[in-house]
Amino acid sequence: MGAAYNTISFKTDQCDGCNACMVACAEAKSGTADVLNSRIQIVPDLAGRFDLAMCRQCADPKCVADCPAGALTKNMTSGVIEWDDSKCVNCLLCTVGCSYGGIVHNQAAGHVVKCDTCDGDPACVKACPGGALKFITTSRIYQEVGDLEDLFVPGLSGCLGCNTELIMRHTLRRVGPETVLATPPGCIPGMGSVGYNGLTGTKVPVFHPLLTNTASMLSGVKRHYKRQGREVNAMALAGDGGASDVGFQSLSGAAERGEQILFICVDNEGYMNTGMQRSSCTPFGAWTTTTPVGEHGKGKTQDAKNMPVLMMMHNCAYVATASTAFMEDLYQKLDKAIAASKHGFAYLHIYSPCTTGWRFPSEENIEVARKAVETNFVMLWEFTPGQGLQLSRPLDDALPIESYLKALGKYRHLSADQVEHIKSALARNVDVIRGFARNAEA
Amino acid sequence: MQQTHYLIVGASHAALAAVHAIRMHDETASLTVVSKDDALPYSPTVLPYVVSGRSDPGRVFLRDQAYFEAHNVNYLKGEAVTAIAAADKCVSLASGARISYEKLLLATGAAPQLPPIPGLDTVDFHVLRSLDDALRLRGAVAKARQAIVLGAGLVGMHAAENLAKAGAQVTVVEMQPTVLAGYFDRAAASIIEDTFSAKGVRLIMGSKVVKLAPGEQSGSARVTLADGTELQSDLLLVSTGVTPVMDYMDGSGAQVERGIVVDDTMRTSVDNIWAAGDVAQARGFYDGAKIINGILPDAVEQGKIAGMAMAGDPALKHYTGGVPLNTYTFFGQQAVSVGSQSEGEVAAHRVDAAHKRYLKIMIKDGRLTGIFGINVAFDPGVMWELILRRIDLAPVREQFLADPQRIGRMLMSKTWR
Repeated sequence: MGAAYNTISFKTDQCDGCNACMVACAEAKSGTADVLNSRIQIVPDLAGRFDLAMCRQCADPKCVADCPAGALTKNMTSGVIEWDDSKCVNCLLCTVGCSYGGIVHNQAAGHVVKCDTCDGDPACVKACPGGALKFITTSRIYQEVGDLEDLFVPGLSGCLGCNTELIMRHTLRRVGPETVLATPPGCIPGMGSVGYNGLTGTKVPVFHPLLTNTASMLSGVKRHYKRQGREVNAMALAGDGGASDVGFQSLSGAAERGEQILFICVDNEGYMNTGMQRSSCTPFGAWTTTTPVGEHGKGKTQDAKNMPVLMMMHNCAYVATASTAFMEDLYQKLDKAIAASKHGFAYLHIYSPCTTGWRFPSEENIEVARKAVETNFVMLWEFTPGQGLQLSRPLDDALPIESYLKALGKYRHLSADQVEHIKSALARNVDVIRGFARNAEA
Repeated sequence: MQQTHYLIVGASHAALAAVHAIRMHDETASLTVVSKDDALPYSPTVLPYVVSGRSDPGRVFLRDQAYFEAHNVNYLKGEAVTAIAAADKCVSLASGARISYEKLLLATGAAPQLPPIPGLDTVDFHVLRSLDDALRLRGAVAKARQAIVLGAGLVGMHAAENLAKAGAQVTVVEMQPTVLAGYFDRAAASIIEDTFSAKGVRLIMGSKVVKLAPGEQSGSARVTLADGTELQSDLLLVSTGVTPVMDYMDGSGAQVERGIVVDDTMRTSVDNIWAAGDVAQARGFYDGAKIINGILPDAVEQGKIAGMAMAGDPALKHYTGGVPLNTYTFFGQQAVSVGSQSEGEVAAHRVDAAHKRYLKIMIKDGRLTGIFGINVAFDPGVMWELILRRIDLAPVREQFLADPQRIGRMLMSKTWR
């Protein structure tokens, strides 16, 4: 697996063109406040918004390939494209190779200049008052887990841009080879994890329980190994249908008994594998094939079941919600859940936006996942019996819910009344979680 | 006979880009690079800076031996290819050895083109294409007092600047009416020419040398121009252009015109043989006629495409066509040329000779076809993309003409960020 790197991200929505980043960069790099000397350039467009021209630290950089003097090199440890003054001949060919305005001739310096991310502590990000610039350090995780073996086979047949496949590969890779995996009917076996013709789609033992009995079968498997004196991880990767609907009885029983299981619910808010039918986790107003939109139907008429809160009420050893848009958080919770499953029941509820069933472009999956969290539609928290519910991320300053609803085709039909209903249900949900969090503090 | 799956002849930008692209897709199949130079890979573009002393000749290499070892590449240096037997899928080397290949890339670049001047073979003269040439010229520059440069292209102009800075009296003789013809128009060339004249360099444009003869001192030459003027030199540099190195192509069966003719995946007319870089004659961007573009960034582009095609990489995108491009730094001034001087209409032409500032923008059917500047800020790489993508500039035409850097970056952000 290749290396992952830290990176500076820019959100035009949160930029007001204050130029604080450019001043900070110019001061750091040239000792002057002249923004012409800044390696980051905020460019006003013609509609009052702002664009960014700066080095992308490309993975396969053309500036490096176009340098005749060997003066530019990609540092494979930091990911930064480094410039060597002692080799540069000032020929400017790198500026021909860069199609991002990321390396330019600087009059004051007398040579080309580019962003070096201030050795991993960028001055521009620290100076940004609106949160438009962020230094994303999630790469640390990919570096750490990059050497772990992917325990699913290549070529699973998930839909283009499938979030669930990401969740599967990340979680099993971390849980490791000493695992028995249960995948009840749903997208997860559907894309090939249980395999075909006598071959499995995993490199660990995997079985395909009924929708109804995942947790009870896994309880038995785990107890069997324990009796044999073998320590294995018993993990379920189940959809929200298999967890919250017909599978709920066995799940609730196993949680109540404190079976030593890690149960991961991959919540894509419906039965996406079998044709996008509603589940009890489908939110109000959402289109599914069984809550159609037409002359009479306007999507689902009930609110979603709050599955992670229900599991918390079982007083499990560990319960948490997570999102692939927040990988550092997800991995921390995964580690805690694995540890908790050694002595009790651990439940992880991971939201998985579904490009096919929710109707949005496949390349926007992580962005949709992020918006769900940033609007509080999905709240990130964790629970242990000792500490109660702890927020993983503040619920203040949420983005308006419309920005999430508008990103999804399954909400395209919503009337103003339905949006109002969603808003009030959301406010109620936020109050519930805040209440638990306050109680835990007290 | 040695066998290799991939055989790459040449070791400069096109070849190295191909090695990189092949290894991105195929980490294991055997790969051999043959370089006629007895050195690690380097770029001909860096040579003027070796002459000037800016570049340490020991530190100009684009790859080290460790790179080749890490990527499982057999790097054969000091070996020239003399013939290709396409039917047998094998090449012959000057040493007599033969190498059989499955897939062959010809990236042999170009060599100086010597003009047919009577007496050229009777005088000592320099060319500049190899590291050896550069080291020899560097030694001569320090001693030169009367230097004559034939040809006012990039190599000649760089050398003239270096010679002037070293204290020599320099004369440049060029057949074209202006310096750097093809990359810059008369107004831009005048700014460049005036800068050289102010530094004491004598430019004789629209003339040519009709006779050369040895001078009285060893190494010196008597140079006779078309109008009968006679000049003396103790250093003569011939920089009248380059020609593709194809002396091994006879008998290969591949279609050869001015260069080796290739399709949009850099494939020659013969199975299992590709060509890229200064030796290749590939589709031009503007009218589709096949041209030798002969510039470094395009060599990288072509080498990458050839490598991907040879390795069967499904991500291969076809060549979008060659666009003339160049950057030229002279006496601390920056000149940039992106696109065609003849395609489209002149939409902006701003000349401020006193401050050595110049900008010309060419547009055709609302699309950018060329942009040329001296000491004016715009991003050449962004402009290249605007041309290749045929971005419609009509909605922002006036703003673009006023501030191509800002509008270019805006279009970049909206289109391919």
